[in-house]
Formats: sequence, structure tokens, C-alpha cells
Amino acid sequence: MNRDLLKFLAFATMILAAPLAFQGGYLMNVLVFVGIHTMLAIGLNLLLGYAGQISLGHAGFFGLGAYLSGILTTSYAWNPWLALPLSALIVGGVAFLIGFPILKLKGHYLAMATLGLGIIIYIVFNETVELTGGPSGLSGIPNLSIGTFTFDTDVKNYYLIWAVTLGIILLALNLANSRVGRALRAVHDSEVAARVVGVNARLLKVQIFALSAVISSVAGSLYAHTMTFVAPASFGFNFSIELLTMVVIGGLGSIYGSFLGAALLTLLPEFLRAAHDYDIIIYGSLLMVMVMFMPGGLVRGIPDLFKKIFKGRGGADHA
Amino acid sequence: MQFDQLLQYTLSGLSTGAIYALIGIGFSIIYNATGIINFAQGEFVMLGGMLTLLFLETLQLPLWAAIPCAIAASTVAGVLFERLAIRPLRKPTPINLVIITIGGSILIRGLAMLAWGKDTHALPPFSGDEPIAIAGATILPQHLWILAITLIIVSVNRFYFYHTISGKAMRACSYNRRAAGLVGIDVRRMVLFSFMISSAMGAVAGIIVAPLTMTAYDVGVMLGLKGFCAAIIGGMSSGLATVIGGLILGVLESLGAGLISSGYKDAIAFIILLLLLFIRPQGLFGKSESERV
Amino acid sequence: MLEVSGITQIFGGVTALEDVSFRINKGDITGVIGPNGAGKTTLFNIITGIYTQTAGRVTLNDKDVSGLPPEKLARLKMVRTFQNIELFGGMTVLENVMVGLHTRSSSGLLACSLRMPWNRIEEKRIRQEALKWLEFTGITDLADVIAGNLPFGKGRMLEIARALAVEPTIILMDEPAAGLNSQETLGLARLIQQIRALGITVVLVEHDMELVMDICDRIVVLNLGRKLAEGTPREIQENQEVIAAYLGEE
Repeated sequence: MNRDLLKFLAFATMILAAPLAFQGGYLMNVLVFVGIHTMLAIGLNLLLGYAGQISLGHAGFFGLGAYLSGILTTSYAWNPWLALPLSALIVGGVAFLIGFPILKLKGHYLAMATLGLGIIIYIVFNETVELTGGPSGLSGIPNLSIGTFTFDTDVKNYYLIWAVTLGIILLALNLANSRVGRALRAVHDSEVAARVVGVNARLLKVQIFALSAVISSVAGSLYAHTMTFVAPASFGFNFSIELLTMVVIGGLGSIYGSFLGAALLTLLPEFLRAAHDYDIIIYGSLLMVMVMFMPGGLVRGIPDLFKKIFKGRGGADHA
Repeated sequence: MQFDQLLQYTLSGLSTGAIYALIGIGFSIIYNATGIINFAQGEFVMLGGMLTLLFLETLQLPLWAAIPCAIAASTVAGVLFERLAIRPLRKPTPINLVIITIGGSILIRGLAMLAWGKDTHALPPFSGDEPIAIAGATILPQHLWILAITLIIVSVNRFYFYHTISGKAMRACSYNRRAAGLVGIDVRRMVLFSFMISSAMGAVAGIIVAPLTMTAYDVGVMLGLKGFCAAIIGGMSSGLATVIGGLILGVLESLGAGLISSGYKDAIAFIILLLLLFIRPQGLFGKSESERV
Repeated sequence: MLEVSGITQIFGGVTALEDVSFRINKGDITGVIGPNGAGKTTLFNIITGIYTQTAGRVTLNDKDVSGLPPEKLARLKMVRTFQNIELFGGMTVLENVMVGLHTRSSSGLLACSLRMPWNRIEEKRIRQEALKWLEFTGITDLADVIAGNLPFGKGRMLEIARALAVEPTIILMDEPAAGLNSQETLGLARLIQQIRALGITVVLVEHDMELVMDICDRIVVLNLGRKLAEGTPREIQENQEVIAAYLGEE
């Protein structure tokens, strides 16, 4: 247990010290997104990696959080700090209700159903123009602020977002090694055996689905206040696939893996600036390659690779 | 709401529905032979249209030659997909299969975008575009082509699956793969065939609808999903039930778009999909299965 | 303690079970035997809530439990093991048994993610109790092994330990001796008697006649979906119909 705590503290220190190394600049903005994407990836990982349930519509929950916060704080001049938890509650509630019928499905059917759900949400964003501003989006969303201190620069937003993300990482780590986390993994490995020893698999799956949606909603609200502008295009099918790719690459069931996947997929396009249009090819190829050659994700695959490479040299390499 | 308006929506709905039916049958064939839902099915539809364009404009072939070439090329793509993506999979769990077929679909889409850009292209209609009047509604010759070709393909399908050895072998695989293998059927070859037939059918669907709706690198996504919806309505049948499913979907979508709102047109298919999956996942015509532990 | 009455199960056109009725006495070790295809596993699946019977009733301690799902039956202290052991392959042996303690713990989503003090205390208790059950089945040394890597015999023991962690009043085992060698089977027999000594009622589906005749107090014989006979081991051994059913099959 203490080892895990140390790992977390080391990670948190690295995150909190990063701005000092990068001294503001364009990269700070990207790192803010790494934070948001990490949050989203962890939410999805809890559902996909731990509970073993596929969702191809998570961009929908992200978008719902963003739009709910955005609309409440613009059209209705709500306090953002109230809008955020309310949005999360609404999204969580919707996910909980929809979770019951949707999680009765398995495998491909669940994938298609969540895909359909995500697309319906996206279409609603596009069509309810009076509310959401339609395809051109919603602007004028206020930054978050505490008293006179406003989160209006990349560095300030970085710390805000990452404070929340670190909190979520901690929650997820706690969950993974707890009674609930074990029950989740049990349901994933053998649902019938889990039920036989008393795990209410159905309820558990719905709870995790709702939790995952709440995390995505919080990420969405924070995104809205950071960007001050949201548009439907960010919440479509393509982004759901991007999230899936992050989780798969990092490693299903690995919290730090989700960070790795999120970081990689957020930073990579920045370094391949000229290749912007190629990103969809890269995602597709990455997904396929990972599933074929490194099903455990980078978090397991790279150490395994090292072991294979150094095994031949007769060295006891501690990768 | 006048009769001829209703008729108009219904007729165009039937024609789109026929397309959904063809795509849905493609899903069902692969699913029945392998248990896999091929998320990339829609991309073969896209390839049909785009490749025809390639043969037509870049290679300057006449339409009647470009089309078979495009179908053949799509079939080759289907084979490559099965060989490179599906077969080498070490752990074919549902999650892995979903991810790999999604990855494959994205890859194909991306390559198409590289090759042909993001613009939409038009394919010439097969026999001109003089509207035909039927009882107050108008349809285009292309609509008739669609219905006729769909009918032909579904009939050929039925003949193949019920009256040829190879087709019967595939049906055997869909009922019980192990037993089929034990009686000497080459299951892996059947898997390959199923991908070939599905990609060919998908390509045909893409080709016959392209003159009406234009074609572009990303038409596959929506068409694929709606085709899947048709297959679900039909209970994953590779025959009449899915055809009916497609037609129902097409007509409902058309009526919905015309009578309620066209922006939500796409949502109709997905709402139907969700409702079905929630309430009756075996489709309108399927029988519910009991699971053996 | 457990009563099955008039259980009939029809799958499509096949009648797997027809009007099966018998009673299990508290504290007994009862064996359910019969030739292959007699419907034993189907019966088990019905009793343990995995299938719903076409007709008939299952009563546990005078409470009608027909159609209740497995998770509810676990809370009523009935648990089962599987013929093809269903382990949580990705978790360690200890973690597997800790899941068995699910009904004897209560920390929810919030308490677990926030590591509330009562959650920490509960975790310690769960761990200790799980270790106790590992000891009972003799696999303490394998506590940190990933369950998916266990040899079959040890996997059986793990599944039993996990089931016992529920602290059931009745445990149903589906062919526990399947795949075990004779030494392991002897160990199993002893274990089952120790389980009974704890006051737990045991019901076994089994093919291993020696084991059944050795440890069972009562035996129920099924054949072709019907109850053929019921009685003590000696009575069953001398029952002409039972002998005919088995010999006829060979």
C-alpha cells in the first residue's frame, strides 16, 4: 500500500513541477488538454478496463457536461461552481437510468448501443440551435474564478485541471484495490461466479457506468470554462474513438496507463503538426497494432519488450 | 399531409431502405459465419463508390467496366482486411474484435481521405435522370435500379445459401462452427468467403446509391451503422428478414425526416436501434435464445 | 432445509427435467447422481438461480426461492461451485477469496474511493478472514499467485475456499471431483467432511461413485430427467432400477 502512495506522490510531484520546466508558452495549453484527456481516459478505463464494458459514446457525456455548464453559465448566468456539480449530477443520473437497459447488452451489441447513444447526443447538440448555438457552437462561457482570482491563463488552468485530475487518479487507485474494485474485476473475469458469491453484477455495472459518466461530465465542464467556447464537433464519434485509443494504448485496467495513452495521443499530433490530416490513420493503425501485438497496452507491453530484449544477454534486467 | 407527399416519402424511403438492407445482409453474413460484427462494413460501401470513381475518371474506363472492377477491388480489400486484421488476432475477445474492426475502419477511411481528399464526388446515374411519375410522386431511374439490383442480389444470395454446397457449408458454420469443422468444412475458408461476399455486397450498395447521394471518404460511417440497424431489426438474418428490416428503417427515416424534421433524420435510425436493443435484441423476426451454462 | 418440488424444465422441444421432487436435510451430505444427460447440472442451475424452471418450486428453509437470481441466493446463504471451475483468472488467489466475502462486507463506491476509516478497518478484516479460508482448504502458500496460473486441483480448492467465504448454510458442488486424481479426491472427501463439521449442508452432483458412496448420507438418483430413486447409499446400491439404468447405459 505504501508503495502505491509513493508512486502517486512521485507522479503528482512531476505533474506539479512541470510548468516550471516549460515556463509557460504554447506547450502549457497542450498540457492542460493532457489533463482533461487523462481524466476522460480514466473514466473510460474504469468502465472498459475494470468492469469490461465497452462504450463508444463517451464523448457524449463529455459534451453533455460541457454544454450543461456552458448553457447554465451563459444563458442563465449561473455560478460556474454550482453549474459544474449540477451538470455532473444530471449526467450521472441520466447515465444511471440509461445504464440499466444498455448494460444488459454485451460485446458488440453494447458497443453499437453506446455508439448510437453518443451519436444521438451529438445530433441533439447540433440541432437544438436556440439552446446550444448549433454547429457554430456556444461562446462567452466564463472562466472559473475564486473571488477575484480568475483562472484565465494556461498556467492557472493547468493547476486547476490537474488538481482535479490528480484527485480522480487517487480515487481510481483507491477504488481499484478495494472491495468494489475487486467486485468489478470479478464481474469482468466471470460474471456468473461473481453473482454466485453475492455480487450484484447488474447494479455494479450501472454504478460504474454512471461514475464514468460523472467523471466525463466534470471534465466537460472544466473544458468549457477553460476554452470559454464549445462546439459539437469536439464531441462526436471521432473523439469517442480517440478516447478508446488512449485507454487501449495505455493499457486496459491501468490508471497510469491512461495517463500515458492520453499524453501520447495529445502530444503526438502537436509534434506531427504538418500531418494533421494523418491523425485518423495513425489512430486506426495504433489501435490495430496495439490489439494485435500488445493487448496489455504500453504499460505492460514495454516492460515485457525490455525483458525479451535483455533476456538474451543473460542479464537480470529489472525493467 | 397529402397522399402523394406520403407516397413520395415512402418510395424514396424504400430505395434507401434497400441500401440499408444490402449493407445489413453484409453484416449478417459475417456475423453468422464468424460471430464477429465487422465495424468496417460501412467502409466497403464507401470503397465501392470511390473505387468506381477511380476507374471511371482516373483510368477512363466506361461505367459498365468501372463497376465490376470496383466491386472486385473492394472484394480484394475485404480479403486483405480478413487476412491482416482478423486472422492474426491472438486473443479474439469481443473487446479486441470490436477495437480491431474499428481500427480497421478508421484506417481504411484515412487512406481513402489521403487518396481522394475530403470532397464529395458525384457518380453518373446508370440510365439518366429523367424523373418518372408514379401516382403523384416522382422517382428517378436510379431508384428503380436500386430496387431491382437489391432484388437480384437477395435472390442470388438465397440461391447461394440454400442451393449450393458452398453456401450450405457457410450456413452450417453459422449454426455450429465446431460441428461444421468436424464434418470436413474448411471453417477458415468459410470465414474468408463471408468477408468476400460481404465486402462485395457492400461495394454494390455503395455504387448503386452513389449517383443519388454523392460519395465521399466518410459516407461509410453512417451507412454502416444504419445497415447494422437493419440487420438488428432482421435478427441478423442474411435474407428476407433483414431486407424487411432495411425497408422499414428506410421508410421510417424518410417519413420522419419529411414529417418531423430533417436535422434529426440520422437520429431516427439510432433511436430505433437503441429501442430494439433494449426491448427486443433478437429483432422483429428472431427467436429468443436461451443460454446454456 | 432445501426442498425441490415438481421441478420441470423444458428447453425448446426437449424436456430436460420432469416433475423432480426431493428434500435435503440440514447437516446432511447429499449426493445427486445419474447417468450422463440425466439433468443433474440443469437441476443445479435451477436451484442456484441460473436458470428459471418451467414449472415447480424451490424452497430454502421454508422460503420460496424459485426464480431468485444467484446474488440474492448468496445473501440467503446458499452458494455453489462449478463443474468447469469459474475463477477470477486475473486476480490473485487471495483476492479471489476476498471477493467471496462480498456479502459479509459493505463498503460502497464512495467509501472505497475515499478510503474512509471504516473501509480501512473492513479491508483488514476481509484480508484476515480470506486467509483463514485459504488455510482451511490448504492453499495458503499460493495466496499471491494469479488464479489463472493455478493447476486444476488447486483451482478447485480455491473455488471451494471462495464459496466458503460466503459463510453459507448450504453449498452445492457440481462435480467437485472431476479432473482430480485419486489422491486429490481423497483430500476432497476429507475437506467435504470438514465442511459438514462446520455445520454446512452439502449437496454434490458427482460421477465418482466411490466418493459418493463413501461420504454421502443420502443419495438422489436421476435418470432421463426424472427422479429414479432416493435413499441411503446402501439402499441405492441395492436398488434394481438404479443398477439397470447404469448398466443399461454402458
